[in-house]
Amino acid sequence: MITIVDYGSGNIEAFINIYKRLNIPCEVASSPEQILTAKKLVLPGVGAFDETMRILKNSGMVEALNKQVLENKIPVIGICVGMQIISKKSDEGELEGLGWIDAQVKKFEVSKLTQKPHLPHMGWNTFKKEKENSILNELEPDKGFYFLHTYYFSCNNSADILTSTVYGDRYTSAVNHENIYGVQFHPEKSHSNGVQLLKNFANL
Amino acid sequence: MLRSRIIPCLLVHNKGLVKTVNFKDPKYVGDPINAVKIFNEKEVDELIVLDIDATVEKRGPNFQMIKNLATECRMPLCYGGGVTSPEQAKKIIKLGAEKVALSSAAIENPELVKSIGEEVGVQSVVIIIDVKKKGFFGKYEVFTHNGKKSTGLNPIDFAEEMEAIGVGEIVINSIDQEGTMKGYDLKLFESIRKKTSVPLTIMGGAGSADHIKEALNKFGIIGAAAGSLFVFKGKYRAVLIQYLNKAQLFTQK
Repeated sequence: MITIVDYGSGNIEAFINIYKRLNIPCEVASSPEQILTAKKLVLPGVGAFDETMRILKNSGMVEALNKQVLENKIPVIGICVGMQIISKKSDEGELEGLGWIDAQVKKFEVSKLTQKPHLPHMGWNTFKKEKENSILNELEPDKGFYFLHTYYFSCNNSADILTSTVYGDRYTSAVNHENIYGVQFHPEKSHSNGVQLLKNFANL
Repeated sequence: MLRSRIIPCLLVHNKGLVKTVNFKDPKYVGDPINAVKIFNEKEVDELIVLDIDATVEKRGPNFQMIKNLATECRMPLCYGGGVTSPEQAKKIIKLGAEKVALSSAAIENPELVKSIGEEVGVQSVVIIIDVKKKGFFGKYEVFTHNGKKSTGLNPIDFAEEMEAIGVGEIVINSIDQEGTMKGYDLKLFESIRKKTSVPLTIMGGAGSADHIKEALNKFGIIGAAAGSLFVFKGKYRAVLIQYLNKAQLFTQK
């Protein structure tokens, strides 16, 4: 059973649709009680860092999420801004992140982009595996994933880097620390690679 | 490496999909959801769906339609048509579209662009600039209301203004080329590429893979959008939803 966290940010319908087609049971959680009975969590997110953190806090689910992720160590995956908020903090905002992974979120440096367009980093980009993990099984790096962001995830511990992608510099496009995963791209909008990654997550 | 996006653009009119020529004579080409299903199978890079009735009928977006489309889409979706408030934009993103496109509302009230950016994130705000040559010297001008309303704005100035406010993408649509399948207005695009650094998408006139290739070779990483190319086949314009062979497009430089 996959539990998609509905705290008012991110499109949960696309995830539900993909899991339905894969015949993998999934549910939507919008209360701490539902989080506490979850087996695997998907944390979506779109928009700005502070706004996303603010509505997550207001949802009253942060404590339950911390308990499930940090104590019970159930698998969790943050998507896009849902990935960024599992860091400690972001250049984009003032609020603290969930701090599940030792990392900061920084803005791409325009000076390192040699050609137009500059920001946001938008479109289909490839990735490189930085370590082995079954969540990457059967993915095609050259087909890539769909990205749409202006800030990027910067790990303090390079062992946490799962995949990297080049935009100006090479940066962390997916992260993994124990039971915690995060992807900067949108698997729910990335055709076969995206479906495969969500399937792999369900099989963890 | 990041690569260019090849984007089918679908027009919704009277709840069906249509294709126009120079923004006129809408021809029915099918059902929107059915088209999305086909484009899923073809693994298209991204989709733009524009409700061409909303602004003209002075109404807001059809949220049920957006929800149905976004739920079906396995690729990123940009919706445009009738968006005039941050609340509407937020709802559209929440329903599962990645981007919200603004045109006439951004021209009438540039402040709106800023407030929508604050609400949904700048990266999700798309500005569509419909451009037509006007007068004896064929000066480029921005138009709204499906090409009927002249604004007096210069497209380059307007694009710069939008970039300064903060947007995620600008779509340059040539009304003169739209639906003709005679090729993009590369000159128009170039003039705006020079003055801005945001992601740009070129639209209007693509009739073959060569037209798209030409634009990609000239401008590097861009969005290349097309309507007719992806819904018509042959010189009698038989309706057939189709896509290009991306591998071929990106390797044959």
